[in-house]
Amino acid sequence: MTTRLFGERVPRREDPRLLTGQGRYLDDLGREALAAAFVRAPHAHARIRDIDVAGALDVAGLVAVYTWEDLPERAGRALPLLIPHPALTHGRTAYPLARDVVRHVGEPVVMVVATDRYAAEDACALIQVDYEPLKPVAGLEEAVQGVRLVHEDVPGNVGAHLVQEVMTADGRGAREAIETSPHTLAFRLDIERSASMPLEGRGVYARWDGRDLRVYSSTQTSTSVRMAVAAALGLPLPQVEVIAPDVGGGFGVKIVHPWPEEVLVPWAAMTLGREVKWSEDRREHFVSSAHERGQVQYVRVGFDDDGRVLGLDVTILHDHGAYTPYGIIVPIVTSTQLPGPYKPGSYRVEFTSVYTNTVQVTPYRGAGRPQAVFCMERTMDKIARYLGKDRTEVRAANFIRPEEFPYDQGMTFQDGRPLIYDSGNYPEMLRMIKELIGWDSFERRPGRGIGIGCYVEGTGVGPYEGGHVQITSDGRVHVSTGLTSQGQGHETAFAQIAATELGVPIERVSVVTGDTRRFGYAVGTFASRAAVVSGNAIALACRKVRRKALRIAADALEANPDDLDIADGIVHVAGAPSAAIPLSTVAVLANPLRYAFDDETARATQFAGAASPDRPPVAEGEEPGLEGRDYYSPIRSTFAAGMHAAVVETDPDTAEIKVVRYAVVHDCGRLINPMIVEGQIHGGVAQGIGGALYERIVYDQHGQLVNASFMDFLMPYATEIPHIETGHLETPSPLNPLGIKGAGEAGVIPVSAVIASAIEDAEGIEIDRMPLSPSDLFDLRTTHRP
Amino acid sequence: MKPPPFTYHAPRDLAAAVRTLAEVDGKVLAGGQSLIPMLNMRLAAPAHLVDINRAEGLGGIEADPAGVRVGALARHSEVERSGAHPLLTRALRLVAHPVIRNRGTVVGSLVHADPAAELPAVLAVLGGAVRVARWDGGAVAVREVPAAEFFVGPMESAVAPGELAVSAFFPALGAHDGVAFEEVARRHGDYALAGVCAVVTPRGAKVACVGVGPVPVVVDLGDLVNLDSGAPDPRAAADLRAAADLRAAAEAVREATEPEADIHASAAYRRHLVGVLAERALREAAREGAAARGA
Ligand SMILES: Cc1cc2nc3c(=O)[nH]c(=O)nc-3n(C[C@H](O)[C@H](O)[C@H](O)COP(=O)(O)OP(=O)(O)OC[C@H]3O[C@@H](n4cnc5c(N)ncnc54)[C@H](O)[C@@H]3O)c2cc1C
Repeated sequence: MTTRLFGERVPRREDPRLLTGQGRYLDDLGREALAAAFVRAPHAHARIRDIDVAGALDVAGLVAVYTWEDLPERAGRALPLLIPHPALTHGRTAYPLARDVVRHVGEPVVMVVATDRYAAEDACALIQVDYEPLKPVAGLEEAVQGVRLVHEDVPGNVGAHLVQEVMTADGRGAREAIETSPHTLAFRLDIERSASMPLEGRGVYARWDGRDLRVYSSTQTSTSVRMAVAAALGLPLPQVEVIAPDVGGGFGVKIVHPWPEEVLVPWAAMTLGREVKWSEDRREHFVSSAHERGQVQYVRVGFDDDGRVLGLDVTILHDHGAYTPYGIIVPIVTSTQLPGPYKPGSYRVEFTSVYTNTVQVTPYRGAGRPQAVFCMERTMDKIARYLGKDRTEVRAANFIRPEEFPYDQGMTFQDGRPLIYDSGNYPEMLRMIKELIGWDSFERRPGRGIGIGCYVEGTGVGPYEGGHVQITSDGRVHVSTGLTSQGQGHETAFAQIAATELGVPIERVSVVTGDTRRFGYAVGTFASRAAVVSGNAIALACRKVRRKALRIAADALEANPDDLDIADGIVHVAGAPSAAIPLSTVAVLANPLRYAFDDETARATQFAGAASPDRPPVAEGEEPGLEGRDYYSPIRSTFAAGMHAAVVETDPDTAEIKVVRYAVVHDCGRLINPMIVEGQIHGGVAQGIGGALYERIVYDQHGQLVNASFMDFLMPYATEIPHIETGHLETPSPLNPLGIKGAGEAGVIPVSAVIASAIEDAEGIEIDRMPLSPSDLFDLRTTHRP
Repeated sequence: MKPPPFTYHAPRDLAAAVRTLAEVDGKVLAGGQSLIPMLNMRLAAPAHLVDINRAEGLGGIEADPAGVRVGALARHSEVERSGAHPLLTRALRLVAHPVIRNRGTVVGSLVHADPAAELPAVLAVLGGAVRVARWDGGAVAVREVPAAEFFVGPMESAVAPGELAVSAFFPALGAHDGVAFEEVARRHGDYALAGVCAVVTPRGAKVACVGVGPVPVVVDLGDLVNLDSGAPDPRAAADLRAAADLRAAAEAVREATEPEADIHASAAYRRHLVGVLAERALREAAREGAAARGA
């Protein structure tokens, strides 16, 4: 059958549009709109004494200047804390425009609206803000001293503190288990700050017609932006619609909502009665969006002669920047995903999440896992090194075995539910990655090393997503789901699911995401959840529609619905191809109102049986139309896994580091489209190599971000990324109808760990920090081999 | 990231260009690959931009036995493809990426005088010169500035406000000279962390280093390094001596530089690196020269 598409390498249907400049990104919209720009704080920490806008008033094209005092009460409130947590005892969020105090360079202070962005920026440059500089808290070390404070009412700069502990089988804690272990190691690890760098920054464009507000936002969640905007502006929800157009990358930063601009731009549009648009520029993105990764970890581990971990004790210092709008998801994910595919005899993890006068920290692809995996995998390598064992042997000794699933790690995951792994096969995956990279036959020499890293990723977190499927009388299938797309290939993958479930050619299926006019309830695209949650919701909605189609067709064909099948968009009696009726006709029959607007409707009347005068045209429990809506709400997350290996060469003289081979074995359950999964992995690995060798956000001691441009924040080019070899393992998830797990973040997660492992192997020097530049490696060589 | 307002001029020839520059407080716009980002980031805010891209007679690459003269509008990619000067060609392959080389100009790069840029080092090691024009008493006045005086400091050349660099002259190499350009950049096409370009002649060797001082650091190594230094057989006694000479040369280069630390590299690393690169560049240049001599 041509319609069985689930699992096929269907080329991405969005690519011709996106690759030939036909995409409609935020900045492509609203050509006639007024432009907004922002005066942003030049200080990391300062009190605002006075704002003098007089100098800007003569700028030609200036329309309006707003400070916090101009905002109505609701719009001017502190932004919501989206994900509270009992451990987050001192959560703080920013105001849409700074009120009294600025707490990081880049915080918005004044909003300017003008006829174009040039004029708006000219006006910004002429506005005088009188600041009283305060001493900034410019790094983790300074934050924990607690002498200078980011928020006066947050003692010690501590926003959150959380301990989770999993005891040994005989009820002992990790610290006790370590004391009694045959061998112990203790070390410190450092991971520096990085950030999501979507090609397209954030952006908002708003239109107000006097009654209804339409907002376009480059967001990962249009439904929640809608609720946030309605609440901040005091509008009834039905009067607000939010659309995520083509979004040029998200990587986590666009799941935060509402951003100040998402409140301010629509408010200005309503206030001025004009269309207003704001497109973030690159410098704004660096200093005013969000960062991630920065952590210091103190590790103690006890293990036996085989390298089995008997006790693991990790203390994490996490830098969450100046505000916590997204709660403490990142350190929670780090703490809970740290054990990966292993079962430490006991595990204690404690994190302290602190304020600094820097850009806020919210999830960036991987969301705390790259740090977790760096910690666990460095630990595995150190144990192997200490015992003189092969690194893969130590890992194998600690794996959860295939027959142990579902495996309960004994903690609470980011979704507040028990951390229970649904399925996996780690020994087989290790065998595959060793074979793919040629682990056992690798020829090691100074300057050439091999590394490995393993991870488990909780994916597809709830609470739910929905799907709506409608078949119209032209035989087309219209699928919509509320979550958004940022280039993941949803238009293709979701269409594959619908085409397979309904037995229609994929060409007839169209998919709409992220448009609240089409679907109102959704959570958003993050946490590797779209395929799992929306994918299953769409499948369930399709199954509803299919059941209805078969019932109507059975009536028309005078057959039993159980004898019917759908192929190529035609319902037919199994084994009797001539007894058939196209879905387009079924769609007509599903609606008792049969105005003959098109040929199909005219033709369909021949099938229409005589209406029974005894019951209403739309029977009880029925609805007109061939459409269905359903939701999928997962009981828990599903747990995908992967293992990466790399060969790295280091130059003995220049200390340059080159990744010469990179291999990935990946298990995200049943694959909807292997090509899309590989694309996600390739992009993720490239991002991971960026994080391992190139990208770091650098603040100086004054809290100035010193590399806020692509000149000095080094994203790798294609020339820095090796060919990526991929293998797939498919361990279906037992938790959802399609048996799938998430894949969106996978590629990035273990890369720093893998590269560190390979450099350590090549150099014989322990690598305890990431990223690592040639200059860093040179310094390490100087210290370790003077 | 939008530039502040400026008045735009597009003079049609050299005289109009320098006359405009004399009248207004302006900046020359050549390939725009460095200037436009600076305008967009509001790091530069000239009241006038004098775009020379439509001016007649400013392009061209002229080669004669004495050397190559590169006009102000000759793009990196044009000069690279012309192959007019082997050291320029080699250096240009290390400058940025093809799309940037299609717009950026060789002369613009010299005037811009980034201490990490490749082309200033080439001009410096060859002892070339830049021709600079200005409007003076109703006519175009021209002066020739030798490389040794052209690079004044980081991002600062001898081109004064109101002046236009018309062309640059890169002296030709001798038939038996060898050249090389070695650098380490963080990513392909980035400005170098450190780089060394070397010329080895039958009479001696000279290098110019980038990224390790405010301007290209030229080190004359006299006859410490010669065409035998690149000889291929490291077991021969002469070659051991050559290898020792190369190491001594590298040390001399390290001594001559004053690298600074930035977020990409420590000063110690840059100092180490420039020696490694000097040794590599000198060996390669010597090998090339020896091959040209038929040795
Ligand atoms: C991403 C990127 C990477 C790069 N990498 C490198 C690299 O690795 N190595 C490297 O060397 N360069 C690099 N560059 C810079 C590039 O080579 C520029 O083109 C060059 O530095 C300036 O040349 P331009 O013609 O673009 O000058 P413009 O940008 O037009 O001008 C630069 C400056 O020189 C002045 N100017 C230009 N021409 C004249 C003239 N004829 N007379 C008087 N003043 C003049 C301008 O007023 C301005 O101040 C890179 C640029 C980018 C964008």
